[in-house]
Amino acid sequence: MYSKDGEQYYVVDAHIGLWDARPENQRNIHGKQFIDCFYDYHRNLSPESEVWGYEEYLYQGGERLMRDVFVDGIVDHAIFQPARLGEFYHRGFGQTEEAFALAQAHPDKLTYNHYWDPRDGENGLTELRANAERMQLKGVKLYTADWHGESRGWKLTDPMAYRYFEACRELGIRNIHVHKGPTIRPLDRDAFDVADVDHAASDFTDLEFIVEHCGLPRLEDFCWIATQEPNVHAGLAVAMPFIHTRPRYFAQIMGELVYWLGEDRILFSSDYALWTPKWLVERFVDFQIPEDMTEYAPLTTAVKKKVLGLNAAKLYDLPVPAHLQLPDADETATGPREPAAADLATA
Amino acid sequence: MTALLTDRTAEVSEGRVRAALGTVVDPELDEPITDVGFVRSVTVHGLPGRPTVEVHLRLPTSFCAPNFAWLMVSDAHDAVSAVPGVESVVVELDDHHDSDLINRGMAAGLGYRGTFGHEAEESLDELRATFQRKAHTAAMERAITALLRTDPTVDVAALTLGDLPAGERTTDALLRRRATLGLPVDAGAPVLVRDDGTRPDPAQAEMVLRRARSVRISVDGNAHFCRGLLTTRYPGSEADQTPRPEDRPLLPLTVSKGTAR
Repeated sequence: MYSKDGEQYYVVDAHIGLWDARPENQRNIHGKQFIDCFYDYHRNLSPESEVWGYEEYLYQGGERLMRDVFVDGIVDHAIFQPARLGEFYHRGFGQTEEAFALAQAHPDKLTYNHYWDPRDGENGLTELRANAERMQLKGVKLYTADWHGESRGWKLTDPMAYRYFEACRELGIRNIHVHKGPTIRPLDRDAFDVADVDHAASDFTDLEFIVEHCGLPRLEDFCWIATQEPNVHAGLAVAMPFIHTRPRYFAQIMGELVYWLGEDRILFSSDYALWTPKWLVERFVDFQIPEDMTEYAPLTTAVKKKVLGLNAAKLYDLPVPAHLQLPDADETATGPREPAAADLATA
Repeated sequence: MTALLTDRTAEVSEGRVRAALGTVVDPELDEPITDVGFVRSVTVHGLPGRPTVEVHLRLPTSFCAPNFAWLMVSDAHDAVSAVPGVESVVVELDDHHDSDLINRGMAAGLGYRGTFGHEAEESLDELRATFQRKAHTAAMERAITALLRTDPTVDVAALTLGDLPAGERTTDALLRRRATLGLPVDAGAPVLVRDDGTRPDPAQAEMVLRRARSVRISVDGNAHFCRGLLTTRYPGSEADQTPRPEDRPLLPLTVSKGTAR
């Protein structure tokens, strides 16, 4: 729980990881390239006081994770969103058993989501069923640019992926977190395009699709599909830290998301250990859209409360104290949510 | 004739090569690779009269999309090859997850499909066209929003190119991108158009402009981030970047009402 100026915020960090990128786990040069890319993101977007050394960035372990994520009691609950990256790391990037054990030890604080990959075929389906039972899965994290043998990417619309979605539906795995990446087959097209999310969300209206990084680097494509699909949500992983280095860009991202999606489908995430949640929550509560950006309405305290935790709590049935709950906004189910605030577009 | 050839080869200077590389654009950022610091080095060597040019490119991360990386590397190869007097060209991409693949493919002249094999179906033409459209959409939004800042009562749906302030950078930038797409550039042509170049119904104009704004924010935000990441990855590369041009001011935008930019 975070308190500021007499307001209380129930905080859910909807995207954290427990990774191991130490050299002994790196399978090849790509393992190093991948964590180096993360570390550059971290160094580029963090305030100086929050920058870690390279060695400590490679691996944190459960104890440190608990300290970093839940420091000062700000974050109430956090959700693991692991990436497999089995072609880059011997034991994978996300540490399944370590993270799952941690979630079992702290069920009030942690939820473990697992992953699946349609290219694992029938065996993967069997494994998904076993994992759903053992891990009591409520959600999965899908990374479409994961490498897998000869393949370096897949689409949500691949026929086998639909088999997995059907299994999710049957197993009560309702929350599908999607992370697009740089590779897909064929390379003829834009791998970051989120059009496949559109199709899957239309075909599985009882599943919730949370697009991580709110579609960045294709914010525009994401907003356009999300405004039409009520079961598509925006995860703020990687977008959040712009609040420090590029606050006006962050204001535009938030302004666009609230305009196209409304206030009930945006989820706060630190993407730990890319960044830590404490400073992000503090900055976000203090944040406001600059007054000169008249094309966007100001972010109200209610919007901030929803983004910081209430929206994710709804998707994961987390017990939010009654006095902190808020009703859904009275907004249209599809289409722009705040057309009146768009003063510069009034044609 | 001999004298002329000799003169030409003597003129294959680093500056000439860099000028040629300045015509190569990062499709996602809509900026020349020379402005964003993606050109790591240019060397002219080889026997007198038979100059070989070696260019090294670098990107903000190892995991920048390989299809865009290929486009920039192959465009760079084409641009440098067209410099008069250049005998042979080597363009290499450094520090990327597909560096070996792309550099081998370029050296052997395998082309996109030959390089990427089963991952490549036809060509990257559609990808390039998609981002040329986005570049136009962003330029359209910049021109219209600039006008709206000075006069919020402008009827956006009815705007024609002749209504835009002539000589303004935002206007010129829009005209250049329209020409790339083959859209009309005469004074009577509508400014606000959909992806297919047609004018939307007046009732749809607001939505089309708002959507264009999300494209512009996306392109500008990515440019901002990629420039920053490059300097984090390659300390000192700031010196190789030139500011994003005036026709697309980087954040912060000048957005106060009534002030023209």
